[in-house]
Amino acid sequence: MDFVQNFPCFSIILCLFAGIISSGFKDKAALRINTGLLVIVTFLNGATLLYTLETGESFVYVMGKFPAPWGNEIRAGVLEALTALFFCVIMLLSLLGGRHKLLEEVEAGKTYLYYVLTDLLLSSLLALVYTNDMFTAYVFVEINTISACGLIMIRQNGRTIEAAVRYMIMSLLGSGLLLLGLCMLYDLTGHLLMSNIRQSVAQIAANDAYVIPLIVSIVLMSVGICIKSALFPFHAWLPDAYGYSTVSSAAILSSLVSKGYIFLLIKIIYRVIGFDIYHDTRIIDVLFVFGLMGMVFGSLSAIKENDVRRMIAYSSVAQIGYIYMGFGMGTEAGMTASVFHILSHAATKSLLFIAAIGLTDVSGGSRKFIELTGAAYRNKWAGAAFTVGSLSMVGVPLFSGFISKLLFAQAAVQNHTKMLPALIVLGISTILNAIYFMKTVIRIYTPVGYSAYPSITFAKMRVYAVTLIAFILLNVILGISSQPVVDMIRQGLSMFS
Amino acid sequence: MGPNLLINYGEAVAMLLFGIGFGNLLLQPNLIKKIIGLNIMDTAVYLFLAEKGYIAGRVAPIITGGVQDVEAYINPIPSGLVLTGIVVSVSVSALMLALTIRLYRRYHTLDLDEISRQLKKEGL
Repeated sequence: MDFVQNFPCFSIILCLFAGIISSGFKDKAALRINTGLLVIVTFLNGATLLYTLETGESFVYVMGKFPAPWGNEIRAGVLEALTALFFCVIMLLSLLGGRHKLLEEVEAGKTYLYYVLTDLLLSSLLALVYTNDMFTAYVFVEINTISACGLIMIRQNGRTIEAAVRYMIMSLLGSGLLLLGLCMLYDLTGHLLMSNIRQSVAQIAANDAYVIPLIVSIVLMSVGICIKSALFPFHAWLPDAYGYSTVSSAAILSSLVSKGYIFLLIKIIYRVIGFDIYHDTRIIDVLFVFGLMGMVFGSLSAIKENDVRRMIAYSSVAQIGYIYMGFGMGTEAGMTASVFHILSHAATKSLLFIAAIGLTDVSGGSRKFIELTGAAYRNKWAGAAFTVGSLSMVGVPLFSGFISKLLFAQAAVQNHTKMLPALIVLGISTILNAIYFMKTVIRIYTPVGYSAYPSITFAKMRVYAVTLIAFILLNVILGISSQPVVDMIRQGLSMFS
Repeated sequence: MGPNLLINYGEAVAMLLFGIGFGNLLLQPNLIKKIIGLNIMDTAVYLFLAEKGYIAGRVAPIITGGVQDVEAYINPIPSGLVLTGIVVSVSVSALMLALTIRLYRRYHTLDLDEISRQLKKEGL
């Protein structure tokens, strides 16, 4: 066994221990541990990605000394390593960009708790990405929920606590359904490891036995994950949770936490149930319809919103809709587009949240559109970054959002029955996106003769500006040289099955 | 359908309880009742697991009297899952209760809708 094969396990364990150790340190030390951890884990996952690309196949890492049907396993392929690497980079950048706000909004002496929570969150995300065991996945889903709830309520005011309660309630409903579904699946198959479950499910399906229990279990797990990742009708908690928490939390929640659950659903589709059996259950048609509805209604709510943070939050609902629409196509191409959109949306949405906070800061802290007039002149870097994020969301070439829209459109053309609704809604949604994002961009670039608010210079916000530049670069790189990433996603998906 | 339901009455009860808990967690405006619903829901899943892991006429998988035969004991994995699940649900309930206390101290009510109304008035 090569030494690199230990890295996924190391990164999960490192994050868990860093979280535990940080809780005994002061704010500064916890911050340093967290940053060091993120850099190390990024390198570990990068090495894993290179290793899987080089060998061209996935590997299974046995935890403890129990072999396959009994023990616990970690499995790493190209897609897992790529997603984990991406999650680490986005988390590092989001934390860097929101650091100054965190110090303002959380009382001194308590910010170390924030880093404890992010360490735990990262460990649970990595575990969700890498694990090969359904019950381990459930346990880390709960750890993910608890730490995400902490991230929302670390900034103490009535709004955030209420948002945290609403978030917890929806999440608990979702994880209850997920747990019930996987218990049923365990009863049907007698296994908890994903690869073993898939073999048994294939046998069951071949014998035409237990048709209804299998469908019920698949439906329960899918609906549970849809609720947790805020697919359209279940998004009521989302604007408050993203709109009022501290900015790093909003960026992490929108770009990583919901994506972690969606990645688990991809693993369930490919590695637990099997793509064809999942396809035959027809639940993907339901996902397709709700994805389309989310794309339209999320954007409509965003247009009505008069608060820039909540507007970006509602835009997340629409983007989650895109991802589920890709699942609903039921083709390899649709899945590739969805996975690419997970990455591109993660890069763009965190950029938008971080840039928006720079703009509101130079507008007296108000998030109303009227106050934002001319904000891009007062904070040039945030203005430029917000523009890049908006253009990417709308789908202008050069930026990552364009590539995901292109992939979605290509996937739609391949599926004859779903082509028309998918393309029409894609068009409508793009226009709606353009309305509310361009409205904001025009607003922040409208010159005002005299402003009561002072401008901010590069020297005063070095870390923040460098973070924004890194985000912009990430976005443009994903947009210009998307082919290697798309190839990696295709390779990873083929390793899944 | 009918006779199967009678044989597997434990599972049927578990599903019924799950539905009751799920409905309570989703629909009750009172936060404490919501948490009670959450616990009913989780417990229903444990009942379901325990019922599925039980094999009639066998005992709990703890070696007694030197009997090491597999045939003598029930399936230990569902019991293990139940234990893990209990740990998770205890921590989640504790977190929810802590949040409820926070909200109660601030708004002097347990009604989530009422809290939302007060928040709107605050205009935060």
